[in-house]
Amino acid sequence: MSGVPAGAMKVRGIAKRYRTGQPGDMLPDLRETLMSPFSRRPTQEGRPPFWALRDINFDVQPGEILGILGRNGAGKSTLLKILSRIVHPTAGRIDMAGRLGCLLEVGTGFHRELTGRENVYLNGAILGMSRREIGAKLDAIVDFAGIAAFIDTPVKHYSSGMYLRLGFAVAAHVEPEILIIDEVLTVGDAAFQAKCIRKVEELVKDGRTVLIVSHQLALVQKLCSRAIMIQEGVVVADGRPDAIIGDYLSGLDRHLDVDLRLRTDRRGRGHVRLVGLQISGGDGASVAAGGPALFEFEVSSAAAALECVFTIYDSLGEPVCTFDTTNGGGGDSLKDGPRRSFRCHVPALNLRPGRYSIGMTIMSHDGETEDDLEIACTFDVLSGFIGGREIIADPACGRVEFPHRWSAA
Amino acid sequence: MRVVRAGPGVDDRRDLEQLVITPRQGCRSIDLADIWRYREVVYFLVWRDFKVRYRQTLLGAAWAAIQPLLTVAIFTFLFSRLAGLSSGGVPYPLFAIAAFIPWGFFSAGVGSATNCMNSNQDLVKRIYFPRVAIPLAAILSGLPDLIVGLALLAVFFLYYGVIPGPAALLLPLFLLQALVATVGFGIILAAANARFRDVGHAVPFVLQIALLATPVGYASSVIPEPWRLLYALNPMVGVIDGVRMALFGMPMTLGTALASLVATLLALVGGMLYFGRIERSLADIL
Repeated sequence: MSGVPAGAMKVRGIAKRYRTGQPGDMLPDLRETLMSPFSRRPTQEGRPPFWALRDINFDVQPGEILGILGRNGAGKSTLLKILSRIVHPTAGRIDMAGRLGCLLEVGTGFHRELTGRENVYLNGAILGMSRREIGAKLDAIVDFAGIAAFIDTPVKHYSSGMYLRLGFAVAAHVEPEILIIDEVLTVGDAAFQAKCIRKVEELVKDGRTVLIVSHQLALVQKLCSRAIMIQEGVVVADGRPDAIIGDYLSGLDRHLDVDLRLRTDRRGRGHVRLVGLQISGGDGASVAAGGPALFEFEVSSAAAALECVFTIYDSLGEPVCTFDTTNGGGGDSLKDGPRRSFRCHVPALNLRPGRYSIGMTIMSHDGETEDDLEIACTFDVLSGFIGGREIIADPACGRVEFPHRWSAA
Repeated sequence: MRVVRAGPGVDDRRDLEQLVITPRQGCRSIDLADIWRYREVVYFLVWRDFKVRYRQTLLGAAWAAIQPLLTVAIFTFLFSRLAGLSSGGVPYPLFAIAAFIPWGFFSAGVGSATNCMNSNQDLVKRIYFPRVAIPLAAILSGLPDLIVGLALLAVFFLYYGVIPGPAALLLPLFLLQALVATVGFGIILAAANARFRDVGHAVPFVLQIALLATPVGYASSVIPEPWRLLYALNPMVGVIDGVRMALFGMPMTLGTALASLVATLLALVGGMLYFGRIERSLADIL
């Protein structure tokens, strides 16, 4: 068996089976174990296994930045856990060379009673750094996190932002040959996020191999040299990020053909569900740049004071704008009683032509999320006129357009 | 580049060598080489457990002395004054504390190892390192307390003016046996408690009973001869008889020494195998 070069990874036939049921039910309990010699029925009978991963195959070359896409539940996080050796595969084999670092959940392993400095040492050791290495990087880590004044304070007194920043700073300074990043680039405020992304770009420039899992498609497109898509535990596409992102989005579209009532990819308490959604231009026709738009939502039952929030995302999954009933603007005419449907009028939808999607949340008056769809539907904005100018599709020009007027001084 | 491949399972050297991940099946011990590779993690976990234990306490490390002192005071009253048990010519408080120091280490180590996997599940579910580092650290973080206890024991010797013979040089051997027994039982119970939470409820109670089934407050000579060998299957019987032999020259039978040594080693090997078996599914069951 020959090895792979440093920073490379070879994944062959990886599968992972879980027994179904609650996590705690995956193994027989003490009574079942003790009684099993006396019981005729095998205790596992009648529980079909669940294959989180069926047959995952891919290679990563040294220095490659691989994006991993897939819907929630496609098996991405199971794959990451197997790659980072947290869970064992049921079948298959992975070969890799070099130290593997994970930016999974930052700050894992921090102990509340210990100071920032003590936690840097503890966390650094757990992430695979030697004591000397941590000592040498301590200043850089503290500096990156921007918490120098609090380094000798127990982390239980930290704000959640400080906690996350320190966690990311430690993890980002491990400098492994292979780095796995799972959604962590969304921690902290915007300035710190930008700093995190710069740090990742720096690591990438150093020739490190990086695996990125993110719902931020723009980030995947920006950073990755290649992408794969996972669906139902199998790699279904592998290629250039643009192409894979396109596949991913059209896969979402296919999913959207399913009746809203039958969709299972939703979160929330579920007493009230979104059952109908319609988007139209002013005269019932399609939506055009600069034209009027009407968003209509229908819910399954009328409950008192429901609130409705929806966000329009661009084709890369970046939010463009949000509409929110809780943010009353004075001109609203919502009834105080039970609400069964919501209509949102936009006199002029100043979006540039292209494909957009809508994510929406229904909340009850107690602030509890009733229903939440990451992508409830997609819609196209056609070419149109904004401020008298014709606006045609050009992704390089951004997403929005304002009526404006030029003049000479 | 050198390829390091150690059976099915997982292997890496932390420099640029090969890591192979394959399913693990069947009966397999914990990976000792992996523990050595991650020794700094064990070190830092020990350091963490120790630091956290006495943080925000008023008396701090004095607790390591208060517990044995109070226990011995109660034992002296119960076993010596009330029951009038013989302590073989040694002043009773000295006789009792010499046994309570290793017992306290065992009991605290087994107790904290039992609960450690659950209290560290955040780590287990998110980062790889040899899982046995967690119970190992929970046990080893009791070593500073053991040292305080031994210092307290020395004070007792001075106070009672007793001078141990040259056999006292054997003391470290019996303390080592206590450590091995603690690790053996500790990792068995850590794995068992991750799997069946019932264990966590039973252990504190069982440890209380075990204190009575161990010659801490009395001499093992009170056990009738036919039962001695069975009694000595409790590894701490051999440890405590050994400590008393080393420090006070009290008699210890070869049968007791061997039986408890065998029980100790069985606990260790059993622990390594059982933990190795549970280890691979820890992240799934916690």
